[in-house]
Amino acid sequence: MSQLQPSFGLTKRSATTGALAPAKAETPVAKLIDVSKCIGCKACQVACMEWNDLRQDIEENVGLYDNPHDLSPNTWTLMRFAEWDNPERNQFEWLIRKDGCMHCQDPGCLKACPSPGAIVQYSNGIVDFISANCIGCGYCVKGCPFNIPRISTADNKAYKCTLCSDRVAVGQGPACAKACPTKAITFGTKDEMKKLAAERVVDLKDRGYAQAGLYDPPGVQGTHVMYVLHHIDKPQLYAGLPLNPRISPLVELWKGAGKYAGLALLGLTAAFGVVHHLLAGANRVTEEDEENAEKLRGGGA
Amino acid sequence: MTQHRDGEAHLQVPRYSGSARINHWVVAISFVLLMISGLALFHPSLYWLTGLFGGGPTARWIHPWLGVVLIIGFFGLFFRFFAANLPERTDWVWLARLRHVLAGREEYLPEIGKYNAGQKFVFWAQAILVLVMFVTGIGLWPAGLAYFEQLLGFKATIDQRRLAAVIHAGSAVMTIAIWIIHVYAAIWVRGTISAMTRGTVTGGWAWRHHRKWLRKEIGKEPGGPQPAE
Repeated sequence: MSQLQPSFGLTKRSATTGALAPAKAETPVAKLIDVSKCIGCKACQVACMEWNDLRQDIEENVGLYDNPHDLSPNTWTLMRFAEWDNPERNQFEWLIRKDGCMHCQDPGCLKACPSPGAIVQYSNGIVDFISANCIGCGYCVKGCPFNIPRISTADNKAYKCTLCSDRVAVGQGPACAKACPTKAITFGTKDEMKKLAAERVVDLKDRGYAQAGLYDPPGVQGTHVMYVLHHIDKPQLYAGLPLNPRISPLVELWKGAGKYAGLALLGLTAAFGVVHHLLAGANRVTEEDEENAEKLRGGGA
Repeated sequence: MTQHRDGEAHLQVPRYSGSARINHWVVAISFVLLMISGLALFHPSLYWLTGLFGGGPTARWIHPWLGVVLIIGFFGLFFRFFAANLPERTDWVWLARLRHVLAGREEYLPEIGKYNAGQKFVFWAQAILVLVMFVTGIGLWPAGLAYFEQLLGFKATIDQRRLAAVIHAGSAVMTIAIWIIHVYAAIWVRGTISAMTRGTVTGGWAWRHHRKWLRKEIGKEPGGPQPAE
């Protein structure tokens, strides 16, 4: 269960028309995941399970380090292990990315969600699913550019990383960041994290990773989970991290203009009926029509 | 067979059998429930409509099952009525004189069989839209999609599912607009609704709106005049 953190102000609320109560403007936060420092120990996964009390069913070993196989309603973060032969440096690279919700500044899940208040964005940028309001329709799955939300078949609700909003609300960092033994995961204000990332990028460039950089994609107005990547020019190497993530134009059409155009068309059709009836009046059968029918039946038509 | 019912001045012409009417109302009721539960998720201002189903989760799961009821029911209507809805030459004349249709000037229109071109349009448009909405609806129904993916051995991509959402919503708007026209026409043309409640229309109604059909119906009766054509 994921619950609303009332200590945070809201900047966005799903399926809500009209203005929100003015939010207390909190400082934007971010989690920085430095892929170059990750050793793939999965302590973050365990910490996530422990803090959020999640237990994934044991699966079959298919010869991959990825365990479980995929994100699920009970797996909100997952180490994805990718192998790459770097042709420039002529070396084998093991690219381990901690996958999970990116907490987009422009969240596609929230845009697609039809249920009022089932998805919120706090003024610190965290995107949270509020289980009590979730109806299990799966629209968030279609809205997400990162393939993150998963619908539980047990309670028909959507689940994903909360960025430990319950911990952040009481001044703690996310459980995964706390557990990480190499400080590959750090948490703080978004500005601090960008500064830290900039230092790391300089260091990586020094060590020969000319394309090192920070993954904070502008297509979704930046994210509140960012990666330091050795190869920012090839994010797809990291188990399919998208190059230019954005809310799909199909979702924008569906939940943007389509919504208003659709209702307008229905309103116009109904208005046509009303106006037509006012102008043309009822189309009534006359007594003459009835007599003509009688005559026809009697053989006189 | 046309007849005078007790206490009724006008000739009654049978138009729909009992089973056709039941079939129609199964489709009609499932359509209205689908429309309400669908619109509830279409625009936030209409989300309160989920309350009529006992809340969002119920509206969410009942919608696809109502869709299954509707498409089965619609198959019945399709096979009952498709022959009478095949296009013919007078349909073009009728359409060309739509202005007179809207003004209620039947005297300027050709004699019409069981259905006019407007009714035929409703029939074929809804038949196509119902099919499109069923297919795209499966793309939006996680449990149903998983079933069909396993049954047919494919995996829908996320972009296919997004496209399904757009097409489903767009088709829904069209199908509801056509439904509004269908309901309005039945109200505007007085004497129509009894066709789907009691199964009969008056002779005058048939003479005024579907004279060719009336001639045929009377022609079928023993001793009745032969069809004019």
